[in-house]
Amino acid sequence: MTDILIHLLLAILMPPLLLGVIGKTKAAFAGRVGAPFLQPYYDIFRLLQKGTVFSTTTTWIFRAGPIVSLATTAVAALLIPFGAHPAPISFQGDMILYAYLFALGRFFTMAAALDTGSSFEGMGSAREATYSCLAEPTLFFALITLSRLSGSYSLSAMLIKVSSSIWLEAGAALLLLVGGMFIVLLVENCRIPFDDPNTHLELTMIHEVMVLDHSGPAFALIQYGASLKLFVLGAFFVHLALPYATGKPLLDWLLFIISMLELAVIIGTVESVMARLRLVRIPQLLVAATILAAFSTLLVIR
Amino acid sequence: MYSALQEVCDPAIVAIIAALFIGSAGIPGLFLRPGPGQMIATITTVLAALAGLPAALALLFAHSTSTFVLAWNLPFGSCELAIDPLSAFFLLPIFLVAAAGSLFSLGYWPAADHRATERGLTFFYGLLASSMAILVMARNGVFFLMVWEVMALSAYFLLVTEHEREDVRRAGIVYLIATHTGSAALYVYFSLLACQTGSFLLPAAGSLSALPTVALVIAMAAFAGFGAKAGIMPLHIWLPSAHANAPSHVSAMMSGVMLKMGLYGIFRTLTFFHDPPLLWGGFLTVAGITSALLGIAFAVAQRDLKRLLACSSIENIGIVTTGLGVALLGISSHNAPLAYLGMAGALLHIVNHSLFKPLLFLGSGVIIHASGTREMNLMGGLGKYMPRTALLFLVGTIAICGIPPLNGFVSEFLLYLGFFAQLQATSMTYLVLLAPLLALVGGLAAIAFTKLYSSVFLGTARSQGAAHPHEAPLTMLLPMGIFALLCLLIGLAPQLGQRLVAPALAAFMPEVALTVYPAEYGVILGRLFLLSMLLLLAAIMVTLFWRWRLRQADVATASTWGCGYQRATARMEYTATAFSELAVSVFNGIIRQRVERPALTGIFPAAARCADLPTETVLERIIVPLFNIAGLSFAFLRRLQHGQMHVYMLYIFVTLFILMLWAH
Repeated sequence: MTDILIHLLLAILMPPLLLGVIGKTKAAFAGRVGAPFLQPYYDIFRLLQKGTVFSTTTTWIFRAGPIVSLATTAVAALLIPFGAHPAPISFQGDMILYAYLFALGRFFTMAAALDTGSSFEGMGSAREATYSCLAEPTLFFALITLSRLSGSYSLSAMLIKVSSSIWLEAGAALLLLVGGMFIVLLVENCRIPFDDPNTHLELTMIHEVMVLDHSGPAFALIQYGASLKLFVLGAFFVHLALPYATGKPLLDWLLFIISMLELAVIIGTVESVMARLRLVRIPQLLVAATILAAFSTLLVIR
Repeated sequence: MYSALQEVCDPAIVAIIAALFIGSAGIPGLFLRPGPGQMIATITTVLAALAGLPAALALLFAHSTSTFVLAWNLPFGSCELAIDPLSAFFLLPIFLVAAAGSLFSLGYWPAADHRATERGLTFFYGLLASSMAILVMARNGVFFLMVWEVMALSAYFLLVTEHEREDVRRAGIVYLIATHTGSAALYVYFSLLACQTGSFLLPAAGSLSALPTVALVIAMAAFAGFGAKAGIMPLHIWLPSAHANAPSHVSAMMSGVMLKMGLYGIFRTLTFFHDPPLLWGGFLTVAGITSALLGIAFAVAQRDLKRLLACSSIENIGIVTTGLGVALLGISSHNAPLAYLGMAGALLHIVNHSLFKPLLFLGSGVIIHASGTREMNLMGGLGKYMPRTALLFLVGTIAICGIPPLNGFVSEFLLYLGFFAQLQATSMTYLVLLAPLLALVGGLAAIAFTKLYSSVFLGTARSQGAAHPHEAPLTMLLPMGIFALLCLLIGLAPQLGQRLVAPALAAFMPEVALTVYPAEYGVILGRLFLLSMLLLLAAIMVTLFWRWRLRQADVATASTWGCGYQRATARMEYTATAFSELAVSVFNGIIRQRVERPALTGIFPAAARCADLPTETVLERIIVPLFNIAGLSFAFLRRLQHGQMHVYMLYIFVTLFILMLWAH
């Protein structure tokens, strides 16, 4: 019971902190002081107080976009285990639901963007649709590899099973998987080198351009939903790359928080040392990620 | 309830009579002036379907076979009609879609506006539905072929309803050639079966051995004949243009039900054989996943609303075939979970596809009525004028993408479970690689249908035709609403779907149905229900929170943010083609889009047009060149065909004479 409470509290409270840490890391690389760690919380809180402007072109689909994408991410957060603790809800085949919940959220985000009739938002959603379609097989290859290594069909069991002993046993496969999944993590959360959340040129953006017309509380929901998505997908990745576990419940929670913060620092570092890729290069990199993950699958099922 | 129904009347007889009533529903209209005939036909069809649906359900859950013998004096053995759970299972969509489409036609193709075509359309529509219902009951090979031909021809006459248009005639010709090539394969199939069993009666389940070479030939002929009707790649060439050019409720019938008749043939054939070799399952799996991938890749590139839907039918039939192939592999390798999940997924996907595809095709009829075009690039903003249609269409769109919490997800979920279960199996572990492929199919479907939905219903109108559309009348909305409700029902309560497919599955593989797996996977499907409820709860909570915040501050309206540009017009909107352009460029190796770019010359080039045209790769690059070669090399035979009737009669006489000599 305590574990479920901690799980819920972490999922609700911690996500924006990751964005703060990423921002601080980038500031450190640039030699600036940077915004405070809690800045994303202030932003979301401020947006919640603001008024809203709706475009005259839009219908209820536009309003459903932020709601559905936040709701699906929240349900996905219940399926993913945090650190060594199993998820509140877990059943055979939940990994497929996990993957498809994001598809539902994405569908509504794209539809909401297209509902505005703006060509910028059309561009953004066309890119989002194509890139996420290319990222989908990578996630499934990863799920197959993990399912094979752990001998189970639920996210909690297969992710918690990954430990240093599995790394010793199937290190090559896991290493390939970490590479592939890191690319998926960055592209799904629209980070550099695939997308730049801070750019001011709408033509080059993906996620940020899709939500150009959302304002006030709706934009707060979107910002919060995006950080939650980073948190949920990050928790998946942390299991693969940083599988710390001690067996002591409280210590494990602490280790999970630390590894999530580490992940944020890594993402911040990548964003600081890389430039955005040209759009035509992104599909190539996504296919490369799929092939990496496919290699890891072949290694374990041969 | 079943026993009470049985006391009143035998459900099998009710089903047969309902089928006959639907078949004759259009006859009164042939002798009346246009108008009342259509009404009579619709009332008859709906009433017959209301009787036929419960009867089919009762037969499905009766776990028994009702057999009738039709008295005929043709020399092909006795003409048996039988309804077993597999037949009853396929009867469900026939009755449902027939009634829904008939009701829809009142608003979509009213006799008052289509005086010339309405009678024929109504007559052949009933005949098509009725022939399919009789087809699944037929147990005599020759009778089966006769009914098959009635089905194929009535579909042709429905398809060429608007025969004054050239593209319709062309679609009709392609369909006619494709369907008769398939029929030719079926002649081979039934002849070989008759050679095997000694009579034209279809063999009993599991009565034939799959080992001799002739069994392989029978299976190949069945795949060619039935696969052409189902639209499995590369036998799908007739499908996109036929579905696009038929009236929408006919497209719903063809896609929702007629394609399933091909699948029924394949299912029925497979029941004849015991211990099918691994090769069969492997072949069906490969054919299925190829169809699914290529079908949806072609769908992404389409700009014609109904062509997109038609291409996605190829995809869905491919998914069903994949499930069937996987189930056969499970039977061959005595792997019960794989057999169960593959078969349950395939059967449930048949049900699902016959719910969401008619919904979308009927919706496309409403859209075409409202906008006057099938070209998605000219539409837009319909959602504001027709909110009910937009909502119902949205249900179909999400369902067909296989996204929770709707029914398309449930059947794909079962297939995924089957693929993953293979990881712990001792052999054929590599089948799990189907999972990423199915995920890719899902991703492409999401692109295709986001494109479809958003370019039709969202944004602003891109042309004058779409500027002032109207909401559809109740007769058109009601059938769509029924399909949407059923999609939601199976999506939210997946165990209902599992219960529905259980009898047909048990008829196919009784030993698997008795294992623990149905109950075990039923529990997992129950979890999906729980998660759907959680999702709903989360959405409601977020909505309430947002509404509370909205009330606390000002809400204003303004035009869409144009990055500082104030004079944006509908022509600057992202079009359907623009939306899919990136995806098409990634998959252009398969899709082969034709781009017409004018050459620009001079310092001030004149106005020019540029167009991205999706192509029918298989038809245009393979089939048409082959036909041209065949046409040239058989040109000498044309001399026999000169249009003189008496000489034709002489041919028939000579042929008969030679055959009689040969027989002696």
